Amino acid sequence: MSRPTPLHEVHKSLGATLTDFAGWLMPLRYGSESAEHTAVRTAAGLFDLSHMGEIHVTGPGAAAALDYALVGNLGALEPGRARYTMMCDADGGIVDDLIVYRLAADEFMVCANASNYPRVARELTDRAKDLDAVVDDRSDSYALLAVQGPRSQEIVAKLTDADLANLKYYTGLPGTVAGVGALIARTGYTGEDGFELFVSAGDAVTLWDALMEAGAAEGLVPAGLSARDTLRLEAGMPLYGNELTSATTPMDAGLGRVVRFDKPGDFVGRAALDGAEPGKRLVGLVMKGRRVPRHGFAVVDADGAVVGEVTSGAPSPSIGRPIAMAYVTATPAAVDIRGSHEPVDVVDLPFYRRKK
Amino acid sequence: MSSIPDELSYTKEHEWVAGIDDGLTVTVGITAYASEQLGDVVYVQPPEVGSSIEVGDAVGEVESTKSVSDIYAPVGGEVTAVNSAVVDDPSLVNSDPYGEGWLFQVRVAGAPEDLLTAEEYTALISGDS
Repeated sequence: MSRPTPLHEVHKSLGATLTDFAGWLMPLRYGSESAEHTAVRTAAGLFDLSHMGEIHVTGPGAAAALDYALVGNLGALEPGRARYTMMCDADGGIVDDLIVYRLAADEFMVCANASNYPRVARELTDRAKDLDAVVDDRSDSYALLAVQGPRSQEIVAKLTDADLANLKYYTGLPGTVAGVGALIARTGYTGEDGFELFVSAGDAVTLWDALMEAGAAEGLVPAGLSARDTLRLEAGMPLYGNELTSATTPMDAGLGRVVRFDKPGDFVGRAALDGAEPGKRLVGLVMKGRRVPRHGFAVVDADGAVVGEVTSGAPSPSIGRPIAMAYVTATPAAVDIRGSHEPVDVVDLPFYRRKK
Repeated sequence: MSSIPDELSYTKEHEWVAGIDDGLTVTVGITAYASEQLGDVVYVQPPEVGSSIEVGDAVGEVESTKSVSDIYAPVGGEVTAVNSAVVDDPSLVNSDPYGEGWLFQVRVAGAPEDLLTAEEYTALISGDS
Protein backbone atom coordinates (compact mmCIF):
# COMPACT_ATOMS: atom_id res chain seq x y z
CA MET A 1 0.00 0.00 0.00
CA SER A 2 1.50 3.28 -1.14
CA ARG A 3 1.73 6.23 1.24
CA PRO A 4 -0.21 9.38 0.36
CA THR A 5 1.57 12.71 0.71
CA PRO A 6 0.14 15.58 2.79
CA LEU A 7 -1.24 16.95 -0.52
CA HIS A 8 -3.11 13.80 -1.51
CA GLU A 9 -6.60 15.33 -1.27
CA VAL A 10 -5.45 18.30 -3.36
CA HIS A 11 -4.19 15.96 -6.10
CA LYS A 12 -7.45 14.00 -6.06
CA SER A 13 -9.52 17.16 -6.33
CA LEU A 14 -7.41 18.24 -9.32
CA GLY A 15 -8.14 14.92 -11.04
CA ALA A 16 -4.51 13.78 -11.02
CA THR A 17 -3.50 10.42 -12.43
CA LEU A 18 -1.74 8.86 -9.46
CA THR A 19 1.11 6.39 -9.56
CA ASP A 20 3.16 4.40 -7.11
CA PHE A 21 6.67 5.78 -6.86
CA ALA A 22 9.12 4.39 -4.29
CA GLY A 23 6.24 3.41 -2.03
CA TRP A 24 4.47 6.76 -2.34
CA LEU A 25 1.22 7.55 -4.10
CA MET A 26 2.30 10.46 -6.29
CA PRO A 27 0.70 12.59 -9.01
CA LEU A 28 1.97 11.37 -12.38
CA ARG A 29 0.15 14.10 -14.30
CA TYR A 30 -2.87 16.33 -13.86
CA GLY A 31 -3.79 16.64 -17.54
CA SER A 32 -1.39 16.61 -20.46
CA GLU A 33 2.17 15.93 -19.23
CA SER A 34 3.57 17.66 -22.32
CA ALA A 35 1.62 20.80 -21.45
CA GLU A 36 2.96 20.63 -17.88
CA HIS A 37 6.50 20.27 -19.23
CA THR A 38 6.07 23.25 -21.54
CA ALA A 39 4.58 25.35 -18.73
CA VAL A 40 7.74 24.79 -16.65
CA ARG A 41 9.94 25.78 -19.60
CA THR A 42 7.94 28.92 -20.42
CA ALA A 43 6.14 30.00 -17.21
CA ALA A 44 6.11 27.86 -14.06
CA GLY A 45 5.01 24.55 -12.58
CA LEU A 46 4.18 23.51 -9.01
CA PHE A 47 5.38 20.09 -7.86
CA ASP A 48 4.64 18.05 -4.75
CA LEU A 49 7.95 16.43 -3.79
CA SER A 50 6.94 15.38 -0.30
CA HIS A 51 8.24 11.87 -0.97
CA MET A 52 11.81 13.15 -0.71
CA GLY A 53 13.75 12.57 2.52
CA GLU A 54 15.02 15.26 4.89
CA ILE A 55 17.70 14.19 7.36
CA HIS A 56 19.13 16.68 9.83
CA VAL A 57 22.71 16.30 11.00
CA THR A 58 23.54 18.55 13.96
CA GLY A 59 26.25 19.08 16.52
CA PRO A 60 29.85 20.27 16.77
CA GLY A 61 30.95 17.24 14.72
CA ALA A 62 28.27 17.54 12.03
CA ALA A 63 30.61 18.86 9.33
CA ALA A 64 33.22 16.21 10.10
CA ALA A 65 30.55 13.50 10.05
CA LEU A 66 29.33 14.54 6.59
CA ASP A 67 32.87 14.91 5.28
CA TYR A 68 33.50 11.29 6.29
CA ALA A 69 30.10 9.95 5.20
CA LEU A 70 29.81 11.73 1.82
CA VAL A 71 32.18 12.35 -1.10
CA GLY A 72 31.82 16.16 -1.05
CA ASN A 73 33.59 18.82 0.99
CA LEU A 74 30.72 19.89 3.22
CA GLY A 75 32.97 21.40 5.90
CA ALA A 76 33.89 24.08 3.36
CA LEU A 77 30.25 24.96 2.69
CA GLU A 78 29.16 28.38 3.99
CA PRO A 79 25.98 28.49 6.11
CA GLY A 80 23.08 29.32 3.80
CA ARG A 81 24.64 27.49 0.87
CA ALA A 82 23.72 24.14 -0.66
CA ARG A 83 25.75 21.54 -2.53
CA TYR A 84 25.02 18.60 -4.80
CA THR A 85 26.90 15.56 -3.54
CA MET A 86 26.75 11.79 -3.20
CA MET A 87 27.00 9.02 -0.65
CA CYS A 88 29.10 6.09 -1.85
CA ASP A 89 29.82 2.60 -0.57
CA ALA A 90 33.35 1.54 0.37
CA ASP A 91 33.64 0.03 -3.15
CA GLY A 92 32.79 3.40 -4.72
CA GLY A 93 29.27 2.45 -5.81
CA ILE A 94 26.68 5.21 -5.39
CA VAL A 95 24.27 4.85 -2.45
CA ASP A 96 22.37 8.04 -3.32
CA ASP A 97 22.78 11.48 -4.79
CA LEU A 98 21.94 14.28 -2.39
CA ILE A 99 21.59 17.99 -1.88
CA VAL A 100 23.09 19.11 1.42
CA TYR A 101 21.99 22.46 2.85
CA ARG A 102 24.13 24.04 5.55
CA LEU A 103 21.59 25.69 7.80
CA ALA A 104 24.11 26.85 10.44
CA ALA A 105 27.72 26.17 11.46
CA ASP A 106 26.63 23.02 13.29
CA GLU A 107 23.45 22.10 11.41
CA PHE A 108 22.95 20.54 7.99
CA MET A 109 19.93 19.17 6.18
CA VAL A 110 20.49 16.30 3.77
CA CYS A 111 17.83 15.96 1.08
CA ALA A 112 17.77 12.36 -0.19
CA ASN A 113 15.75 10.43 -2.76
CA ALA A 114 12.47 8.80 -1.74
CA SER A 115 13.73 5.31 -2.57
CA ASN A 116 16.92 5.74 -0.57
CA TYR A 117 16.46 8.00 2.44
CA PRO A 118 15.91 5.25 5.04
CA ARG A 119 19.23 3.70 3.97
CA VAL A 120 20.93 7.11 3.83
CA ALA A 121 19.74 7.88 7.37
CA ARG A 122 21.03 4.50 8.63
CA GLU A 123 24.38 4.96 6.90
CA LEU A 124 24.76 8.52 8.20
CA THR A 125 24.03 7.30 11.72
CA ASP A 126 26.54 4.49 11.38
CA ARG A 127 29.23 6.61 9.74
CA ALA A 128 28.81 9.40 12.35
CA LYS A 129 28.86 7.13 15.39
CA ASP A 130 32.37 8.13 16.54
CA LEU A 131 31.77 11.82 15.94
CA ASP A 132 29.92 14.44 17.96
CA ALA A 133 26.89 14.65 15.68
CA VAL A 134 23.23 13.65 15.85
CA VAL A 135 21.50 12.23 12.78
CA ASP A 136 17.73 12.75 12.77
CA ASP A 137 15.52 11.55 9.92
CA ARG A 138 12.71 14.14 9.90
CA SER A 139 11.27 13.11 6.53
CA ASP A 140 7.84 12.33 7.95
CA SER A 141 7.41 15.83 9.37
CA TYR A 142 8.26 17.62 6.11
CA ALA A 143 6.42 18.46 2.95
CA LEU A 144 8.38 19.74 -0.05
CA LEU A 145 6.85 21.93 -2.73
CA ALA A 146 8.83 23.08 -5.75
CA VAL A 147 8.04 26.07 -7.94
CA GLN A 148 10.06 25.73 -11.14
CA GLY A 149 10.20 27.82 -14.27
CA PRO A 150 11.18 31.31 -15.45
CA ARG A 151 8.26 33.00 -13.62
CA SER A 152 9.05 31.32 -10.28
CA GLN A 153 10.62 34.33 -8.61
CA GLU A 154 7.68 36.63 -9.43
CA ILE A 155 5.25 34.06 -8.04
CA VAL A 156 7.07 33.28 -4.78
CA ALA A 157 7.88 36.97 -4.25
CA LYS A 158 4.15 37.71 -3.90
CA LEU A 159 4.07 35.53 -0.79
CA THR A 160 7.28 36.38 1.04
CA ASP A 161 9.41 39.25 2.28
CA ALA A 162 12.56 37.21 1.73
CA ASP A 163 15.10 38.82 -0.60
CA LEU A 164 14.68 36.37 -3.47
CA ALA A 165 16.58 38.52 -5.96
CA ASN A 166 19.73 38.00 -3.90
CA LEU A 167 19.03 34.34 -3.16
CA LYS A 168 21.53 32.72 -5.52
CA TYR A 169 21.35 29.31 -7.18
CA TYR A 170 22.17 26.60 -4.63
CA THR A 171 21.45 28.68 -1.58
CA GLY A 172 18.77 28.13 1.05
CA LEU A 173 17.56 30.35 3.86
CA PRO A 174 14.84 30.08 6.49
CA GLY A 175 11.92 32.44 5.91
CA THR A 176 8.17 32.76 5.72
CA VAL A 177 6.09 32.05 2.61
CA ALA A 178 2.33 32.59 2.71
CA GLY A 179 2.57 32.90 6.48
CA VAL A 180 4.20 29.50 6.75
CA GLY A 181 7.70 28.88 8.06
CA ALA A 182 9.84 27.49 5.24
CA LEU A 183 13.36 26.72 4.19
CA ILE A 184 13.46 28.65 0.90
CA ALA A 185 16.00 27.02 -1.39
CA ARG A 186 16.94 28.06 -4.90
CA THR A 187 17.39 24.53 -6.16
CA GLY A 188 15.57 22.21 -8.50
CA TYR A 189 15.58 19.31 -10.89
CA THR A 190 14.16 20.76 -14.09
CA GLY A 191 16.93 22.81 -15.69
CA GLU A 192 14.98 26.00 -14.95
CA ASP A 193 15.23 28.66 -12.28
CA GLY A 194 13.06 27.87 -9.31
CA PHE A 195 12.56 27.30 -5.62
CA GLU A 196 12.16 24.32 -3.36
CA LEU A 197 10.15 25.12 -0.24
CA PHE A 198 10.60 22.77 2.70
CA VAL A 199 7.71 23.18 5.14
CA SER A 200 5.94 21.30 7.92
CA ALA A 201 3.66 18.59 6.57
CA GLY A 202 0.71 20.33 8.23
CA ASP A 203 1.36 23.53 6.25
CA ALA A 204 1.53 21.87 2.84
CA VAL A 205 -2.06 22.53 1.74
CA THR A 206 -1.97 26.17 2.89
CA LEU A 207 1.21 26.79 0.92
CA TRP A 208 0.00 24.90 -2.17
CA ASP A 209 -3.25 26.89 -2.29
CA ALA A 210 -1.45 30.20 -1.80
CA LEU A 211 1.07 29.41 -4.56
CA MET A 212 -1.65 28.35 -7.00
CA GLU A 213 -3.53 31.57 -6.37
CA ALA A 214 -0.41 33.76 -6.56
CA GLY A 215 0.72 31.97 -9.72
CA ALA A 216 -2.55 31.96 -11.63
CA ALA A 217 -1.77 35.17 -13.50
CA GLU A 218 1.79 34.00 -14.23
CA GLY A 219 0.70 30.73 -15.84
CA LEU A 220 1.61 28.45 -12.92
CA VAL A 221 0.19 24.94 -13.35
CA PRO A 222 0.45 21.84 -11.15
CA ALA A 223 2.97 19.43 -12.66
CA GLY A 224 3.45 15.73 -12.00
CA LEU A 225 6.28 13.22 -11.95
CA SER A 226 5.98 12.55 -15.66
CA ALA A 227 6.86 16.15 -16.54
CA ARG A 228 9.53 16.17 -13.82
CA ASP A 229 11.17 13.17 -15.49
CA THR A 230 11.21 14.66 -19.00
CA LEU A 231 12.40 18.03 -17.63
CA ARG A 232 15.34 16.52 -15.73
CA LEU A 233 16.20 14.26 -18.68
CA GLU A 234 16.37 17.21 -21.07
CA ALA A 235 18.56 18.97 -18.50
CA GLY A 236 20.89 15.94 -18.45
CA MET A 237 20.34 15.40 -14.73
CA PRO A 238 20.84 11.84 -13.51
CA LEU A 239 18.15 9.86 -11.69
CA TYR A 240 18.96 7.34 -8.97
CA GLY A 241 17.92 3.88 -10.15
CA ASN A 242 18.55 4.85 -13.78
CA GLU A 243 21.87 6.64 -14.34
CA LEU A 244 23.01 6.19 -10.74
CA THR A 245 23.11 2.79 -9.03
CA SER A 246 25.23 0.88 -6.53
CA ALA A 247 27.07 -0.62 -9.54
CA THR A 248 27.96 2.87 -10.83
CA THR A 249 30.66 5.24 -9.60
CA PRO A 250 30.45 9.04 -9.79
CA MET A 251 33.16 8.85 -12.48
CA ASP A 252 31.06 6.48 -14.60
CA ALA A 253 28.24 9.03 -14.46
CA GLY A 254 30.56 11.82 -15.60
CA LEU A 255 30.27 13.39 -12.14
CA GLY A 256 33.79 12.75 -10.83
CA ARG A 257 33.95 16.46 -9.92
CA VAL A 258 31.67 15.83 -6.91
CA VAL A 259 34.31 13.54 -5.35
CA ARG A 260 36.58 15.89 -3.40
CA PHE A 261 39.90 14.09 -2.94
CA ASP A 262 41.32 17.48 -1.91
CA LYS A 263 39.33 17.59 1.33
CA PRO A 264 41.11 16.67 4.57
CA GLY A 265 40.72 13.21 6.04
CA ASP A 266 39.34 9.91 4.89
CA PHE A 267 35.84 9.34 3.56
CA VAL A 268 33.86 6.24 2.71
CA GLY A 269 34.77 5.25 -0.84
CA ARG A 270 38.01 7.27 -1.05
CA ALA A 271 40.36 4.29 -1.48
CA ALA A 272 38.19 2.70 -4.17
CA LEU A 273 37.55 5.93 -6.07
CA ASP A 274 41.05 7.48 -5.93
CA GLY A 275 42.54 7.06 -9.39
CA ALA A 276 39.46 5.15 -10.61
CA GLU A 277 38.85 5.36 -14.34
CA PRO A 278 35.28 5.36 -15.59
CA GLY A 279 34.25 1.88 -16.74
CA LYS A 280 31.66 3.28 -19.12
CA ARG A 281 30.59 6.59 -20.56
CA LEU A 282 27.26 8.36 -20.14
CA VAL A 283 26.12 9.82 -23.48
CA GLY A 284 23.14 11.68 -24.83
CA LEU A 285 21.20 10.17 -27.73
CA VAL A 286 18.68 11.91 -29.96
CA MET A 287 16.59 9.53 -32.02
CA LYS A 288 16.41 10.15 -35.77
CA GLY A 289 12.97 8.55 -35.81
CA ARG A 290 9.96 8.78 -33.56
CA ARG A 291 10.02 5.54 -31.59
CA VAL A 292 10.97 6.05 -27.96
CA PRO A 293 13.97 4.36 -26.32
CA ARG A 294 13.28 3.17 -22.78
CA HIS A 295 15.26 2.24 -19.68
CA GLY A 296 17.06 -1.07 -20.27
CA PHE A 297 16.97 -1.10 -24.08
CA ALA A 298 20.23 -2.21 -25.74
CA VAL A 299 22.43 0.33 -27.54
CA VAL A 300 24.27 -1.01 -30.61
CA ASP A 301 27.18 0.15 -32.78
CA ALA A 302 27.26 0.49 -36.57
CA ASP A 303 27.77 -3.29 -36.88
CA GLY A 304 24.80 -4.05 -34.67
CA ALA A 305 26.94 -5.22 -31.74
CA VAL A 306 25.67 -4.30 -28.29
CA VAL A 307 27.82 -1.50 -26.80
CA GLY A 308 25.63 -0.31 -23.95
CA GLU A 309 22.23 0.25 -22.43
CA VAL A 310 19.67 3.04 -22.23
CA THR A 311 19.27 4.36 -18.67
CA SER A 312 16.46 6.87 -19.34
CA GLY A 313 14.48 7.71 -22.46
CA ALA A 314 11.43 9.78 -23.30
CA PRO A 315 9.89 11.93 -25.99
CA SER A 316 11.40 15.41 -25.58
CA PRO A 317 8.88 18.22 -25.86
CA SER A 318 11.65 20.83 -26.20
CA ILE A 319 13.57 19.01 -28.95
CA GLY A 320 10.61 17.40 -30.66
CA ARG A 321 12.22 13.99 -30.91
CA PRO A 322 12.78 11.18 -28.42
CA ILE A 323 15.96 11.49 -26.34
CA ALA A 324 17.86 9.14 -24.08
CA MET A 325 20.82 8.85 -21.78
CA ALA A 326 22.81 5.63 -22.11
CA TYR A 327 25.95 4.02 -20.73
CA VAL A 328 28.20 2.89 -23.56
CA THR A 329 31.67 1.43 -24.04
CA ALA A 330 31.93 2.35 -27.75
CA THR A 331 30.32 4.77 -30.18
CA PRO A 332 26.60 4.09 -30.47
CA ALA A 333 24.73 4.05 -33.78
CA ALA A 334 21.26 2.84 -32.83
CA VAL A 335 18.95 1.67 -30.07
CA ASP A 336 17.31 -1.73 -30.28
CA ILE A 337 13.63 -0.92 -29.93
CA ARG A 338 11.72 -4.17 -29.79
CA GLY A 339 14.00 -5.83 -32.35
CA SER A 340 14.40 -2.89 -34.71
CA HIS A 341 17.67 -0.92 -34.73
CA GLU A 342 16.51 2.71 -34.66
CA PRO A 343 19.33 5.15 -35.57
CA VAL A 344 20.54 7.87 -33.20
CA ASP A 345 22.61 11.04 -33.13
CA VAL A 346 25.09 11.15 -30.25
CA VAL A 347 25.08 14.56 -28.55
CA ASP A 348 26.74 16.30 -25.62
CA LEU A 349 24.72 16.57 -22.43
CA PRO A 350 22.59 18.38 -21.48
CA PHE A 351 20.03 18.25 -24.28
CA TYR A 352 18.54 21.52 -23.08
CA ARG A 353 20.12 24.54 -21.44
CA ARG A 354 18.03 27.51 -20.38
CA LYS A 355 18.86 30.96 -21.67
CA LYS A 356 20.29 33.10 -18.89
CA MET B 1 -16.07 8.93 -16.62
CA SER B 2 -14.62 8.59 -20.09
CA SER B 3 -16.89 8.85 -23.10
CA ILE B 4 -18.08 5.46 -24.42
CA PRO B 5 -20.37 5.96 -27.44
CA ASP B 6 -23.28 3.50 -27.53
CA GLU B 7 -23.10 2.83 -31.26
CA LEU B 8 -19.56 1.41 -31.20
CA SER B 9 -18.25 -2.06 -30.38
CA TYR B 10 -15.26 -2.55 -28.06
CA THR B 11 -12.49 -4.99 -27.17
CA LYS B 12 -10.88 -5.92 -23.87
CA GLU B 13 -7.70 -4.29 -25.24
CA HIS B 14 -9.50 -0.92 -25.18
CA GLU B 15 -10.11 -0.55 -28.88
CA TRP B 16 -13.31 0.56 -30.53
CA VAL B 17 -14.75 -0.75 -33.77
CA ALA B 18 -17.23 1.23 -35.88
CA GLY B 19 -19.42 0.05 -38.72
CA ILE B 20 -19.66 -3.53 -37.58
CA ASP B 21 -23.35 -3.65 -38.51
CA ASP B 22 -22.84 -3.33 -42.25
CA GLY B 23 -20.39 -6.22 -42.06
CA LEU B 24 -18.10 -4.92 -44.79
CA THR B 25 -15.49 -2.41 -43.73
CA VAL B 26 -14.92 -1.34 -40.14
CA THR B 27 -12.93 1.49 -38.57
CA VAL B 28 -10.71 0.86 -35.55
CA GLY B 29 -9.31 3.18 -32.88
CA ILE B 30 -8.48 3.22 -29.20
CA THR B 31 -10.97 4.34 -26.57
CA ALA B 32 -10.99 7.61 -24.66
CA TYR B 33 -10.32 5.59 -21.51
CA ALA B 34 -7.21 4.04 -23.07
CA SER B 35 -5.94 7.40 -24.30
CA GLU B 36 -6.39 8.87 -20.82
CA GLN B 37 -4.53 5.96 -19.25
CA LEU B 38 -1.68 6.27 -21.75
CA GLY B 39 -1.18 10.00 -21.38
CA ASP B 40 0.07 12.08 -24.28
CA VAL B 41 0.40 9.84 -27.34
CA VAL B 42 3.63 10.63 -29.19
CA TYR B 43 3.88 7.88 -31.80
CA VAL B 44 1.44 5.71 -33.70
CA GLN B 45 2.44 2.85 -35.95
CA PRO B 46 -0.65 1.48 -37.71
CA PRO B 47 -0.61 -1.73 -39.77
CA GLU B 48 0.27 -1.55 -43.46
CA VAL B 49 -2.42 -1.00 -46.05
CA GLY B 50 -3.05 -4.26 -47.89
CA SER B 51 -1.86 -6.48 -45.06
CA SER B 52 -3.94 -9.40 -43.90
CA ILE B 53 -4.64 -9.47 -40.20
CA GLU B 54 -6.21 -11.99 -37.89
CA VAL B 55 -8.11 -11.39 -34.68
CA GLY B 56 -5.72 -10.94 -31.78
CA ASP B 57 -2.62 -10.21 -33.92
CA ALA B 58 -0.39 -7.39 -32.68
CA VAL B 59 -0.63 -5.16 -35.74
CA GLY B 60 0.76 -1.84 -34.56
CA GLU B 61 1.86 0.34 -31.66
CA VAL B 62 0.64 3.32 -29.72
CA GLU B 63 3.40 4.99 -27.72
CA SER B 64 3.01 7.62 -25.03
CA THR B 65 5.40 9.56 -22.82
CA LYS B 66 5.53 6.75 -20.29
CA SER B 67 4.67 3.55 -22.13
CA VAL B 68 4.10 1.66 -25.35
CA SER B 69 1.08 -0.53 -26.14
CA ASP B 70 0.45 -2.97 -28.94
CA ILE B 71 -2.60 -2.50 -31.11
CA TYR B 72 -4.39 -5.85 -31.40
CA ALA B 73 -6.56 -6.62 -34.39
CA PRO B 74 -10.17 -6.64 -33.17
CA VAL B 75 -11.33 -8.26 -36.41
CA GLY B 76 -9.71 -10.32 -39.18
CA GLY B 77 -9.47 -9.19 -42.78
CA GLU B 78 -7.52 -6.89 -45.05
CA VAL B 79 -6.33 -3.46 -43.97
CA THR B 80 -7.80 -1.04 -46.50
CA ALA B 81 -6.76 2.31 -45.05
CA VAL B 82 -4.68 3.87 -42.28
CA ASN B 83 -5.09 7.34 -40.83
CA SER B 84 -2.02 9.23 -42.01
CA ALA B 85 -3.17 12.33 -40.07
CA VAL B 86 -2.76 10.46 -36.78
CA VAL B 87 0.69 9.25 -37.83
CA ASP B 88 1.69 12.88 -38.44
CA ASP B 89 -0.06 14.16 -35.32
CA PRO B 90 -0.43 11.41 -32.71
CA SER B 91 -2.05 13.85 -30.25
CA LEU B 92 -5.29 13.34 -32.24
CA VAL B 93 -5.63 10.07 -30.30
CA ASN B 94 -5.93 12.15 -27.11
CA SER B 95 -7.98 15.04 -28.47
CA ASP B 96 -10.51 13.08 -30.54
CA PRO B 97 -10.15 9.32 -29.97
CA TYR B 98 -13.46 8.39 -31.65
CA GLY B 99 -13.13 10.83 -34.55
CA GLU B 100 -9.96 12.34 -36.03
CA GLY B 101 -7.91 9.90 -33.95
CA TRP B 102 -9.12 6.74 -35.75
CA LEU B 103 -6.26 4.34 -36.60
CA PHE B 104 -7.13 2.03 -39.51
CA GLN B 105 -9.89 0.37 -41.51
CA VAL B 106 -10.35 -3.31 -42.23
CA ARG B 107 -12.43 -5.14 -44.86
CA VAL B 108 -13.80 -7.82 -42.59
CA ALA B 109 -13.39 -11.50 -43.54
CA GLY B 110 -15.76 -13.68 -41.52
CA ALA B 111 -17.77 -12.76 -38.49
CA PRO B 112 -15.94 -10.85 -35.75
CA GLU B 113 -15.90 -12.56 -32.39
CA ASP B 114 -16.04 -11.51 -28.80
CA LEU B 115 -16.63 -7.79 -29.28
CA LEU B 116 -18.14 -5.96 -26.34
CA THR B 117 -21.12 -3.63 -26.29
CA ALA B 118 -20.76 -0.15 -24.82
CA GLU B 119 -22.45 -1.42 -21.68
CA GLU B 120 -20.08 -4.38 -21.37
CA TYR B 121 -17.06 -2.17 -21.98
CA THR B 122 -18.25 0.30 -19.35
CA ALA B 123 -18.45 -2.57 -16.87
CA LEU B 124 -14.95 -3.72 -17.87
CA ILE B 125 -13.28 -0.38 -17.19
CA SER B 126 -15.28 0.19 -14.02
CA GLY B 127 -13.68 -3.00 -12.75
CA ASP B 128 -10.28 -1.67 -13.83
CA SER B 129 -10.30 1.40 -11.64
